[in-house]
Amino acid sequence: MTLFKTYTKTCALTTATLAVFAGLSFSGAQAADKSLTIYTYESFTSEWGPGPKVKAAFEKTCGCTVNFVSVADGVALLSRLKLEGSGTKADVVLGLDTNLITEAKATGLFDASGVDTGALKVPGDFKDDVFVPYDYGHFAVIYDTQTIKTPPASLKDLVEGDPAQKIVIEDPRTSTPGLGLLLWAKSVYGDKAPEAWAKLKKRVLTVTPGWSEAYGLFTKGEAPMVLSYTTSPAYHMVSENTDRYQAAAFSEGHYIQIEVAGLLKNAPDKALAQDFLKFMVTTGFQDTIPTNNWMMPVAATSEPLPDAFGKLVNPSKTFLMSPDEVAQNRKAWIDEWLAAMSIN
Amino acid sequence: MLQTASERHRALTGGALGLAVIVAFVALATIALLLASGESSIAAALFEPYILRVLRFTLLQAVLSTLLSVVLAIPIAQALARQPRFPGRIWIIRLMAVPMGLPVLIGALGLIGIWGRQGIVNTLLSGAGLAEPVSIYGLSGILLAHVFFNLPLACRLMLAALERVPGEYWLVASGLGMRPASVFRFIEWPVLRSVIPGVAGLIFMLCATSFTLVLMLGGGPAATTVEVAIYQSLRFDFDPGRAVALSLLQIGLTAVVLGVLALLPDVSDAGLTAGRTIRRPDGAFAGIRVVDGVLLLLAVLFLGLPLLSVVVAGLRADLPKLVAQPIFWRSLATSAVMSLSAAALSVGLCGLLVRARHTLSLGKSSAGKRSVATHAVFGSMGAASSLVLLVPPIVLATGWFLAVRRFGDVGTVAPVLVVAINALMALPFVMRVLEPAYGIHQRRTQRLSASLGITGFARLRLIAWPALRKPVLTALSFAMALSLGDLGAVALFGSDSFVTLPWLVYSSLGSYRTNDADGLAVILGIICLLLTIAGTMGGTRREAVAHD
Repeated sequence: MTLFKTYTKTCALTTATLAVFAGLSFSGAQAADKSLTIYTYESFTSEWGPGPKVKAAFEKTCGCTVNFVSVADGVALLSRLKLEGSGTKADVVLGLDTNLITEAKATGLFDASGVDTGALKVPGDFKDDVFVPYDYGHFAVIYDTQTIKTPPASLKDLVEGDPAQKIVIEDPRTSTPGLGLLLWAKSVYGDKAPEAWAKLKKRVLTVTPGWSEAYGLFTKGEAPMVLSYTTSPAYHMVSENTDRYQAAAFSEGHYIQIEVAGLLKNAPDKALAQDFLKFMVTTGFQDTIPTNNWMMPVAATSEPLPDAFGKLVNPSKTFLMSPDEVAQNRKAWIDEWLAAMSIN
Repeated sequence: MLQTASERHRALTGGALGLAVIVAFVALATIALLLASGESSIAAALFEPYILRVLRFTLLQAVLSTLLSVVLAIPIAQALARQPRFPGRIWIIRLMAVPMGLPVLIGALGLIGIWGRQGIVNTLLSGAGLAEPVSIYGLSGILLAHVFFNLPLACRLMLAALERVPGEYWLVASGLGMRPASVFRFIEWPVLRSVIPGVAGLIFMLCATSFTLVLMLGGGPAATTVEVAIYQSLRFDFDPGRAVALSLLQIGLTAVVLGVLALLPDVSDAGLTAGRTIRRPDGAFAGIRVVDGVLLLLAVLFLGLPLLSVVVAGLRADLPKLVAQPIFWRSLATSAVMSLSAAALSVGLCGLLVRARHTLSLGKSSAGKRSVATHAVFGSMGAASSLVLLVPPIVLATGWFLAVRRFGDVGTVAPVLVVAINALMALPFVMRVLEPAYGIHQRRTQRLSASLGITGFARLRLIAWPALRKPVLTALSFAMALSLGDLGAVALFGSDSFVTLPWLVYSSLGSYRTNDADGLAVILGIICLLLTIAGTMGGTRREAVAHD
């Protein structure tokens, strides 16, 4: 009798345990249904950005779900990673640029991409075994031709121009265009950069955390100038059929941005992350770059670039600092910027 | 004995527990800050030009905001007091309570709608041929917003003071044929002078610790307050050393302001529109009536238009589409659970403190004199409820953030921390509502309950609950409204998996889905206002809101 009781008890227990395990493995199976988490910047995942198309195209081949997590802009991606440390949920980070890669590698969170980037057309022949370049573009001041009749012809003009004509810029602490302008000014002005910033400050309407917000304020008419890319007018020409917004060519030259992506060491499915990085240099991804991210592709696209791209400003000189130089000085230069920009 | 030994013991243990929880929560955050700063020199960080400029700007904008709010409130309070029969007067006074119950984020949206480059004011100005528009960004925008939120507060407190003047004064003044200037000099100014230091101190404190408005309207490093700089040093630079230096600076700043504030007389708007209509013969002259009418109209426009703009913009948004989004329901559910928990925790903690303080005060009357220790415990329980004023939410959040980060994923405990911080934020107001109500209730029922031998749960259910239900609900709804509208604590912890309603509004703004933000804002605003109205309906002490 007692034995029987013990037996039934054990049976019941086993069944319960099995049921629990079945439940667990079931939910486990659901979670293991492959998914790829990509941290990127907001404009990438917006309705008109490359995000939706990239997601659809990659999901067709990978048998997985792509989840985008977006932050204001590229530099914020790096801060977010530092903040989350090894506990980060990201498998792939898309949207850093060459200025940040030394610091990004120093976090110890990234792993070699395993992607052969030899055939890519990247200015300055940028090569890296951790980060894969996916597009590039020169920073430029975009202006509204209806408000501004004589656009600045140089960075000096921009700095010393009429303070009543405002510009919206991005914050170098969160945004790669913001950081780009900081390095641009440093390349042109050197040690005199703080004085230049103190002057430019009078023309700055507001400093936004990311590119999307800045460009939104500009197109809404809050300011007649914005810091963006030489390629931005192509968007207005192609999508809106208007020449109203133009890039100002600066005689000193323009700073270039090469955007990159990398995979995380702790990604649970590293092969999947690697597949995505490989996918980034194929037409499925590169086709979305010119007319969704409005940047220059680094590999062949299935169709030639729209004619509008032929009408863009072609910088006479290109600035680009080495990742190590930026890593060594970024904090000091940002403090310099903060000090100059906080003068009342 | 009014209390049995076990009751006394229970009350004191509970109070000690409440005190310990609050002090531990704040102390751990502060310790975490001090530990995190180990690597870098705080002293060096404190004297960076940037930090000094941030401190300077924080003080500058707080001084200017206070001056503008107080000075502009004087003529409006005067006009309201002088015109007791002004049409819709009670509604003007009620309108002035709205900014206090409205989440700051939403007020800011309304102000952008009216004062932004595309807003009514600038459209009118450019129509009139004025080239340089009013800027909502930077110092001017911050001042505008601070005046919007604090002028009504100053106005209500001053009006209450003016209405406490006995009616005979006005009759005598009129009998003597005193002109408005003399009335101001001999009657109004002496009354106002007695409340202005308290009002100004309160407003200065609110503006010096302003976070959301500066975050939204600052527009760059030149217009950054210490609170926003703390947030940016973590979220923008990930520079814990600087965050710690700024946090300690903020604690020092609030300590000084609180110290000064403690020396100033307390203010309240109790008795506002108490029913008796005061006759003001001096307000009956046609000239004065016109001036007062214009003043009040301007005040109504200044306060009302931004609110109207929120409603109009909100209704223009695609509300059905918004409401259909799963993220809306997810954030609404998160906000509801969080604000309910925060309110319950706040009221619970406050209950423990209030009961213990009451028990200690009984000890005094029976033993004749309180011991130094009792006095200290009594005082520290009171002070604990206001600890969050000294260590602001963003500093608490920073400390806990750095502490938790050492042990792993911040995301998993983020909701708990935000609830705890929101509960502490509400505690000073909850205390103001509950403590007096509890005191009155005990004085009324304590002896009878003791003599009838009703104790424990029966006493709670039969005697305490019916009497204390109203103040408890008032406190709960205030705390909920506060937590629902909060962007300070959640700003640091918010992520894609932890979204509250204000965070959703803020992030829709950032990615310039402004229409969505407008729609969400109107929903959030209405919920918070309903809660505040529900709270004030009880007719209990109104100044709980005033002491925001």
